[in-house]
Amino acid sequence: MAELKASMAGNVWKVVVGEGETVTDGQDIVILESMKMEIPIAAEQSGSVKELKVNEGDFVNEGDVLAIIE
Amino acid sequence: MMIQKILIANRGEIARRIIRTCKKLNIQTVAIYSEADADAPFVSEADEAYLLGAPQVQQSYLNVQKILEIASLAKVDAVHPGYGFLSENADFARSCQSAGLIFIGPSPDVMQQMGSKVEARKTMEQAGLPLVPGLSRPLIDVDEAVQVAKQIGYPIMLKASAGGGGIGMQSVDNEAELIKAFEGNQKRAQMFFGNGDMFIEKRILQPRHIEIQILADTFGNAVYLWERECSVQRRHQKVVEEAPSSFLSEETRRKMGEAAVKAVQAIGYYNAGTLEFLVDHEQNFYFLEMNTRLQVEHPVTEEITGLDLVEQQIRIACGEKLSFTQNDVKLEGHAIEVRVYAEDPKTFYPAPGKITDLQLPNGEGIRHELAVHNQSVVSHFYDPMIAKLVIKGETRNEAIERLKEALAHYKVQGIKSNIPLLEEIAAHEAFKNGDTTTDFIDKYIKKITV
Repeated sequence: MAELKASMAGNVWKVVVGEGETVTDGQDIVILESMKMEIPIAAEQSGSVKELKVNEGDFVNEGDVLAIIE
Repeated sequence: MMIQKILIANRGEIARRIIRTCKKLNIQTVAIYSEADADAPFVSEADEAYLLGAPQVQQSYLNVQKILEIASLAKVDAVHPGYGFLSENADFARSCQSAGLIFIGPSPDVMQQMGSKVEARKTMEQAGLPLVPGLSRPLIDVDEAVQVAKQIGYPIMLKASAGGGGIGMQSVDNEAELIKAFEGNQKRAQMFFGNGDMFIEKRILQPRHIEIQILADTFGNAVYLWERECSVQRRHQKVVEEAPSSFLSEETRRKMGEAAVKAVQAIGYYNAGTLEFLVDHEQNFYFLEMNTRLQVEHPVTEEITGLDLVEQQIRIACGEKLSFTQNDVKLEGHAIEVRVYAEDPKTFYPAPGKITDLQLPNGEGIRHELAVHNQSVVSHFYDPMIAKLVIKGETRNEAIERLKEALAHYKVQGIKSNIPLLEEIAAHEAFKNGDTTTDFIDKYIKKITV
């Protein structure tokens, strides 16, 4: 099980996968937006998305958990 | 002067910069601000200030209807758009004009032409500017990409039409890579921007980013105010800008300036504008795009020419003739600007937050353009640039020495800033030697080979 964390503070611009979906290492899970910059946050391992912790439009701080992949 | 009151459709340091010139010219200023900026210095420095609404740019700095309502309520004669936001939005310029306001910038039609990558390329080619070899329209499919790449030769650059900040942009060295990159970037651009159009052009190896500042009046007179070199970039955005470039020969400087003036006269451009070029190691230059507005880095040009570019913009918008000719334009000393960003100095990720202390250096040749004060909250809604430090010296070496000294005394507390990165650049032997190609940060600071 791995926690996917935000690498910067900002808004959740897009959540591009659904809970239960199978994802591969390097696949974009969430796209954060801050200060006019979009940063895709990618899975660091293959597995299935157990839980999405954020919704589009949420504000997150650096280090906040975005999703759990197992 | 026929303009007596200006609404500034912008925020941050550029709003303050415009206010400063307006005070000098006895012009009244109207600031507009979002809820996130209520406490910002530009709001209290303007003669009047009006709240736009929520922090999101659609509800604030891009809210054309609301901005025009305020312009009417405040009875202004003109609108200065600054840079970013609505500054290159032809529809906004038209709306201002329809409301009887002077838009401080070029004609909306020319803005529109230069705003489209495809149109700008075509128009400037006809106006005699050399272009980076490539296709002047989006690629139909991957097969066409392969064919065009064969003609112009590898390495090539693939660019998403709607892309920005480096997303959807990739350098490719051979056909196998191109096929993979085309599909990947197209998919990404479609997902991110809702537009999968891809452009292809030859990759200029180890280029410098050099741009020409021009001023043109409504009578067809135009001058060039030399160049700015802005090669030191991160995420394809400028970090350090200087004037003059230490690389250009006298001959290339003159050729580029004259080509730029000829081009702006050909398209009927007026007000301030900048033509951006890539320059290769043999001093060949290729037109990239034209910015139809004031640039972030305009202060380095002001420092070496002694001109106030905001004042020139206002005078041109008032219908005045340029009061000088090319021969009168000075080039004295050397100026360097560094952009202070609220971001991680290593990853370049944005770092919004509250500033708890701010200490600025003072001394000969130091100029500050500052968006914040020592307790400001830097919002995640806007650009990470919180300040510009502008340094002037008699020579480039003197400017660099002053820059290093100034950065050592520049303190931003409470948020991460790129000051450590700026210090590293300023102290680098390669920077001192003028070895400033666009891969400078990757090559010398991050030590990545591209």
